[in-house]
Amino acid sequence: MLHNTLDHYHARPSPIHDLDPRVKVVTTLLAIFSVLVLPDGAWVAYGLIWCAMLAVALIAQLEIGWVLRRSLVALPFALVAVTLVFTLPGRTLFTLQLGSWELSASEAGLVRFLSILTRSWLSVQLAILLIATTRIPDLLHALRHLRVPGLLVTILAFMIRYLAVLVDEVARLLRARQARSAAAPRGRAGGSLFWRARVAGNMAGQLFLRSLERSDRIYNAMLARGFRGQYVTIHPHRMRRRDWTALGLAIVALMGIQWLGRTLN
Amino acid sequence: MPIVHDPVARCEDGWGSPVPDMPALEVEGLHFAYPDGHVALRGVSLRIHCGEKVALVGPNGAGKSTLLLHLNGLLNGGQGSVRVMGMPVTTPNLPLIRARVGLVFQNPDDQLFSPTVYEDVAFGPLHMGLPEEEVRRRVAQALEQVGMAHYADRFSYHLSVGEKKRIAIATVLSMQPDILVLDEPSAGLDPRARRGLINLLRALPITMLASTHDMLMVRELFPRMIIMDEGRVVADGPTAELLEQTELLEAHGLERL
Repeated sequence: MLHNTLDHYHARPSPIHDLDPRVKVVTTLLAIFSVLVLPDGAWVAYGLIWCAMLAVALIAQLEIGWVLRRSLVALPFALVAVTLVFTLPGRTLFTLQLGSWELSASEAGLVRFLSILTRSWLSVQLAILLIATTRIPDLLHALRHLRVPGLLVTILAFMIRYLAVLVDEVARLLRARQARSAAAPRGRAGGSLFWRARVAGNMAGQLFLRSLERSDRIYNAMLARGFRGQYVTIHPHRMRRRDWTALGLAIVALMGIQWLGRTLN
Repeated sequence: MPIVHDPVARCEDGWGSPVPDMPALEVEGLHFAYPDGHVALRGVSLRIHCGEKVALVGPNGAGKSTLLLHLNGLLNGGQGSVRVMGMPVTTPNLPLIRARVGLVFQNPDDQLFSPTVYEDVAFGPLHMGLPEEEVRRRVAQALEQVGMAHYADRFSYHLSVGEKKRIAIATVLSMQPDILVLDEPSAGLDPRARRGLINLLRALPITMLASTHDMLMVRELFPRMIIMDEGRVVADGPTAELLEQTELLEAHGLERL
């Protein structure tokens, strides 16, 4: 069952969950942008954003441990930035001897690397906060209301809807291969690398064909119910006073953190 | 019940009682070949009246699904004609036809493409251009009809096959069609879900055409049966009589119960 890995939404009766999804989307995007434009080494500002985020997570009754654990998934990607430590000019901290190569780590490089790491980690946590407190259909509606092109939102909706179906399809293909991956008595299981690569290639092709056929059937099902190329939705979202208040608060807080981060540096 | 001001004839007279002897579906000498040259239909003719519940049986490849896709105008271009409620199935008529013929596909995963159950059931009415209030009323009513009223906010991919099947039926009931067309409705259901589906289909007061291999369901639910083989209608009559004709059944890959 893939559903658990797809669904990050945690249903809680909290004021954060109750906010208009548009407010949450805009606030999250603003917060991520604000984290990204903070200068290197603005540790106080980073800390403040993290505290604000923890406060929101607490109000939303999320388990902090879960948020932190989920946020680690993006760290490996940020580690690519480790090269900065050795390429940025600055005061030398230490020198590594790699054969005939000499790598010297600079202080400025280290600060930038740690800042990038922190910023990406914060951004991922903010995104997790958003999807843990907003149902996916609400999120899609919010994007639509925020004038994201309808085609993009539709693609996103289909992807989310059919990801589980596709993964199940892959699992079935893999299982079918495994069930027949036998060995003859005293023989060796599995063919040459080339042969196995070809099997994998065929499976990818199968998956593509099946998806193509499925998309045909889905399109038929849409046509059968009157689809004429335009997406229509009921508009269930209305901004209330508390939504505006929350949005205003978030913007003021983010601006304050920006100002602090820049003056303290 | 309000009087329906619809330019098209309906199976109901507007007060909730069926119009007798009104042809809901007329297919005349329908031929169809797929683009790859495979000939699927070789002159199919049949007529179904309002209020009838008809089973369409026959081996795989007999042309059942191809025929069903024609009833909604999803396939066309061959010889012959299809009329729904007296209206010929032509491109300008398609929006009206598609509201009159509710087509339920075999695999509910193909039919339920929206994130939530509610949006899927609302899809048809919304595309018919109905006002929001009417859409909400119809969604509630359709979900009620299939016994899934509490499922509106659920995600489609969290449901069991039986539940998906019921929702798939609700997605077309919300368009208030005159004819419900089902492609293998009981395929892949466990006995309990199958029983629930049969009871549901029996309770729906609507003209019905269902392609199926489930002969027990045919005997129980459909008074009339049409046998197709190799793109033709080979038998059409009361289910009880046809099910007695062992030779006929065996000649077309079916079994006597």
